[in-house]
Amino acid sequence: MRDVAIIGTGCTKFGELWDRSLRDIFVEAGVSAIVDAGIQGEEIDGLYMGNMSGGRFVEQEHVGSLIADYSGLASELHVPSTRVEAACASGGLALRQGILAVASGYADIIVAAGGEKMTDVDLDTATDALAAAADREWEGIMGATFPGLYAMIARLHMHKYGTTSEQLAAVSVKNHHNGTMNPIAQFRNEITIDTVLRSNMVAEPLHMFDCSPISDGAAAVVLAPADVAKKYTDTPVYVKATTQASSPISLHDRADITTLDASVVAGQRAYKMAGLTPDDIDLVEVHDCFTIAEICAIEDLGFFKKGDGGRASEDGETAIGSRMPVNTSGGLKACGHPVGATGIKQAVVITEQLRGTAGKSQVDGAGIGMTHNVGGSGGTAVVHIFSRDR
Amino acid sequence: MKVGIVSYGVYIPRYRIKLEDIAAVWGADAASIKKGLKVNEKSVPDLDEDAITIAVEAARSAVRRGNIDTSRVGAIYTGSESHPYAVKPTSTIVAAAIGAEPVLTAADFEFACKAGTAAIQTCMGLVVSGMIDIGVAIGSDVSQGAPGDALEYTAAAGGAAYVIGSSDLAAIIEDTYSFTTDTPDFWRREGMLYPEHGGRFTGDPGYFKHVTAAANGLMEKIGSKPSDYDYAVFHQPNGKFPERVAGMLGFTNEQIKPGLVVPMLGNTYSGSCMIGLAAILDQAKEGDRIFMTAFGSGAGSDAFSITVTDKIEDIRNGAPKVHELLADPIYLDYANYAKHKGKIRV
Amino acid sequence: MTVARFWRKIPHRYNLIGTHCTTCGEYYFPPRQMCPTCRRDGKIESYQFEGKGEVITYTVIHTAAKGYDNQVPYNLAIIKLNEGPSLTGQVICEPEELEIGTRVRPVFRKLGEESEKGMIYYGTKFVVE
Repeated sequence: MRDVAIIGTGCTKFGELWDRSLRDIFVEAGVSAIVDAGIQGEEIDGLYMGNMSGGRFVEQEHVGSLIADYSGLASELHVPSTRVEAACASGGLALRQGILAVASGYADIIVAAGGEKMTDVDLDTATDALAAAADREWEGIMGATFPGLYAMIARLHMHKYGTTSEQLAAVSVKNHHNGTMNPIAQFRNEITIDTVLRSNMVAEPLHMFDCSPISDGAAAVVLAPADVAKKYTDTPVYVKATTQASSPISLHDRADITTLDASVVAGQRAYKMAGLTPDDIDLVEVHDCFTIAEICAIEDLGFFKKGDGGRASEDGETAIGSRMPVNTSGGLKACGHPVGATGIKQAVVITEQLRGTAGKSQVDGAGIGMTHNVGGSGGTAVVHIFSRDR
Repeated sequence: MKVGIVSYGVYIPRYRIKLEDIAAVWGADAASIKKGLKVNEKSVPDLDEDAITIAVEAARSAVRRGNIDTSRVGAIYTGSESHPYAVKPTSTIVAAAIGAEPVLTAADFEFACKAGTAAIQTCMGLVVSGMIDIGVAIGSDVSQGAPGDALEYTAAAGGAAYVIGSSDLAAIIEDTYSFTTDTPDFWRREGMLYPEHGGRFTGDPGYFKHVTAAANGLMEKIGSKPSDYDYAVFHQPNGKFPERVAGMLGFTNEQIKPGLVVPMLGNTYSGSCMIGLAAILDQAKEGDRIFMTAFGSGAGSDAFSITVTDKIEDIRNGAPKVHELLADPIYLDYANYAKHKGKIRV
Repeated sequence: MTVARFWRKIPHRYNLIGTHCTTCGEYYFPPRQMCPTCRRDGKIESYQFEGKGEVITYTVIHTAAKGYDNQVPYNLAIIKLNEGPSLTGQVICEPEELEIGTRVRPVFRKLGEESEKGMIYYGTKFVVE
């Protein structure tokens, strides 16, 4: 087993990209990453594509082949290409699969990408496609929506720990603020607690501004063996841990509805693999599909005690400049959430931070960063730890 | 062989609309309508209720009340004029929902408001002939009245289920007698949303002719008279018709009052008489005699002479009584009522 | 949902038939043929749940799932059945009546329909006990 590094990154804008198709955005992100890494197509040993639902959104399966083809890598180079799916963790899982391929020695240069084209269908269809990340037979048919499932987590979290709607709103306010500094973010506007609380109720207690948007977008990273990374870039970012955990797909089967065990276990496995603790992490990109998801994530990953995530968010303990900057990119809420892209985008953001090229949202002295990507209401969690130094 | 009622169950949805709120929409005189119909309010199904869900709830109530071993059920017949499927029986869904599958016969009945009592007669025949051990007869409806039509004031939702057998009888059905003719007083064509009716023609040539003929026919056949009975229940399209026909036959208002549910329930069509009978069984004592005559447009009447046994005490409290189901209603305004009844097509 | 997919689950949807692992004693609804504790060592048999239980969390949904638009707002809850397992279901009551800890019982209702000319899906929802 060898160490792996990220040697290049690319990312499209996230938002409603009316004039760009699924293949357009994937190719754009992929080419950006390859240029950033300074490699040629001939050097690519394989592609991993994170994509949740090409079928429901654009009636397209076989996404691995499609993107390899339109990246110019299928006709003559016949590069192996694999589509990876784990609902909203598709991107993080594609990254993990790519890392494992390089670590194993079976491949040297891998491009791990993620993308989703969600705005070609109406909102009802998009929402229904996302609902497939839950258990269709036992949650979906009862009328459960994603906001509905996370709302039930929020309700219980409020009941057990006294978390308030204002604390949930604080997460959204902080992420929007971070989004203003992110050139590719879907939303780059400041909001207030009031904005959140006065927005329409989607599923009580979650308001519209507690929920991440429907977005188009793609991101890609180039992976290489750590030993040769410096041939390609002066600032490789090293993978210290890649972990994944499963948990019952339905919220009603979880041991504790306010804890995503998959996040806890993936996090613990990552700390163990990297030989680190939560205190060693300088910044983290977590899966804030809803504000309550960020609160649970920062608790489940060990940054704050269970039940303290709301207060911490309200008290500014997750802002840039605090002891634990969370979602400097604006998170899923402000940066946007093209489902399959998110896990890869998180790696792109951490890479930029560790390279010192994050611009206005730069965390001073960032040396170790973590990404956390969740599928559905917690059926899958994928965690990575990256470091600037080998 | 004796035959009769082993158990019974009723289901009434919780929603109501007051007649004033319907009258207000159509610019009608509520007070005069209420006085003329002797109805104050009617039941309305929830958005996710229909004649099938009501039939299941009524059947489950009967099963629970009588602690019925549903593997004994040899037949299920559901009568309704609002079966959700034109083709695909309500009765098989009831069979699945009460655990009576798969060794039984089943079919759905339609005969306007007397489809449920026709089902009772059929089950009686199957039991007496020895073809089945026990049968379930259900009358269930979420009846429709066209917006602005007179029927809109009374078309209501509800259902009742009767388990018919030959042993452990809570009430013995001594005999039944029917009077049936081809009389087009009220009908609904396939595919049409709302029924049509003959206005005043539904009265004397319809309801009164058939109810009196069946009632008198039964009393003559078994040699009984109105004063032999403690209770009487007639089909209740409104509060006036049962009172008038009772008078015509020689029954008193005291006899019909306990079974007269239409003032706070409306006309539950196939459920009408059967819910009225249940209200009586909820309070009747051993030895009480009950006279029931249903009416269905089209037209026909089924008359029954019933004697209550001591077993009624054993089962009576096993499921909600009619007056309990009528208590604690939730009132809707006309807009929400229309939405619940599917009159606003989305 | 197609005919076969719905039909296959009728006993579970209408009558809350789940499973019971006689090896470890756990009850499962929705039904599981593979006990997560015992896996292949688990002896599984059918079990009919009474359907009574307690609300452990809930929400009121305003932005509906596909096909549920005309029922908005509706209450969705996770209900812990008396026998142990939890399920997701709708609770039919006024919002004020619903709290964590509210006791519920099952009722037979329409879950939805495929379309105006398609199949109607029936199943179990809950009301306050």
